[in-house]
Amino acid sequence: MTTKFVIVGAGPAGMRAAEQLVSAGHRPVVIDEAHRFGGQIYRQPPYGVQRERSDLYGFEADRASAALNRFASLLPQIDYRPNTLVWQVAPQTLQLVRDGRDETLPFNALILATGATDRVLPFPGWTLPGVVTLGAAQVALKYQACLVGPRVVFAGTGPLLYLVAWQYASHGGQVMAVLDTAPTGAKLRAVPKMLARPTVAAKGAYFVMRLRLAGVPIYSGVRLLGAEGREHVTALRWQKADGTQRTTNCDAVGVGHGLRSETQLADLAGCRFDYHSVDQAWLPTRDASGRSTVRGVYLAGDGAAILGADAAELSGARAALAALEDFTIATSTALASSLEAESRRHARFRAGLETAFALPANWAADAPDDLIVCRCEEITAGELRECVKTTGAREMNRLKALTRIGMGRCQGRMCAPAASRLLADAAGCDLKDVGRLRSQAPVKPLPIRLMREAATAAPVPFEERDD
Amino acid sequence: MNALLNRLSTVAPRAPVHFELDGVPCTAQQGDTVLTAILTQATRLREAEFSGQPRAGFCLMGACQDCWVQTVDGRRLRACSTLLEDGMRLSTRRQP
Repeated sequence: MTTKFVIVGAGPAGMRAAEQLVSAGHRPVVIDEAHRFGGQIYRQPPYGVQRERSDLYGFEADRASAALNRFASLLPQIDYRPNTLVWQVAPQTLQLVRDGRDETLPFNALILATGATDRVLPFPGWTLPGVVTLGAAQVALKYQACLVGPRVVFAGTGPLLYLVAWQYASHGGQVMAVLDTAPTGAKLRAVPKMLARPTVAAKGAYFVMRLRLAGVPIYSGVRLLGAEGREHVTALRWQKADGTQRTTNCDAVGVGHGLRSETQLADLAGCRFDYHSVDQAWLPTRDASGRSTVRGVYLAGDGAAILGADAAELSGARAALAALEDFTIATSTALASSLEAESRRHARFRAGLETAFALPANWAADAPDDLIVCRCEEITAGELRECVKTTGAREMNRLKALTRIGMGRCQGRMCAPAASRLLADAAGCDLKDVGRLRSQAPVKPLPIRLMREAATAAPVPFEERDD
Repeated sequence: MNALLNRLSTVAPRAPVHFELDGVPCTAQQGDTVLTAILTQATRLREAEFSGQPRAGFCLMGACQDCWVQTVDGRRLRACSTLLEDGMRLSTRRQP
């Protein structure tokens, strides 16, 4: 019997996992929700649109080119499926939808490389047209050759804040301000850990320097008070570290507070989750090789824990080796251990990043009652607090059942980091103790017709899933 | 301001694609998503179901589900991940 290897995601982790499997003589299936491979970080323009890779990827152009070219050369040896969504994981089976048609795909080994989206701590007015994530601002630029704006404020925290601001400034965007919610002192405290990857730290310092030279005002330790506008955003109100309030006129706001792993498929596969103190989130448990707690299911890249593109390549390759080992194919242990050693260096650096770009400690306590937390169902912070007060809810799924938070179309992708912090604050407990939202199939909206047609593959029963 | 997205002047325009937005004939470019086609000439994609407030997408990578757009014949498209096709008839207003 030939082993069926399936990779979900075609970003840095998925592409490298495919390469490792092909070099061992296999023909993996690679499922990609996007039109073209590359993931978010190496996202490519649509077919037929010519762009220079140096223009698209900046400092990372060589790395992006290498990854994209290698994967392109593999295409004849893999079963690459773009425009395809995995909407359910059953034992040894995936449910897919492509071009409006449902399909069942059996697997022996499943490598989940599902990536991440922005983690956002909302402020009043964040649902206004023109307020987008930092990742969205990048997608507009890389994928669609457009800038949000023209006048744009970048706000929040994390390395992406400065990278995107510089990408916009260097592509003709009018960057009105960069507003970092983390205090200046946090960056200094993080220096020892960030020396684990000095060139990456140096790139960050370079973006800051170039932004300053371009005359872009940069503030640290700010508090975001609200976006203003009726039809679309026209200004952002914020508070300086010294307490004075400012209003910056703008046509767009890019916001993000680091990244958040996409873990729904691991959850549906029945993987155990543990609380991860660096990411401040419940993440699927994995060992150093990328094995999850479910036999035949492996985790790689930012979908497993936020470590960035370079680490994603390493963990993608390592997870593929683990899958090969488990299906009794001899692999190089030297390569496996060097990948693991290199990954540990990335983890040290990542801990430094979380210190440098610390989340606003008082965000939940400061959030006004009329703040919309859930974009889909328009549930406010006040409704969540009231629910905690009147029902004694202490756990995220209970809060969801009672308020509909996280029950909308995004399944909590956008609101869960904020909602869990509000719950912990209102209930007076640790973030860890409020748990995490259980994932539900389909992980994204599908036409009801498809659900009817879908093969009746039995999902992993709830009682066999870890909560 | 009457658009949320501005095209880079350094990237050559592509072949035109014709579509209809709220009953008005419009032109965008090959390779545009539905979101780009609309937001290079308007500031909203839809109205929120509960408050009726305008929405125009948020994550642009298929995660937030904020950018659903109705077609005149009642279908729903996720604008950030759907490429524009010639002859599409799109509506940003709530339909009766």
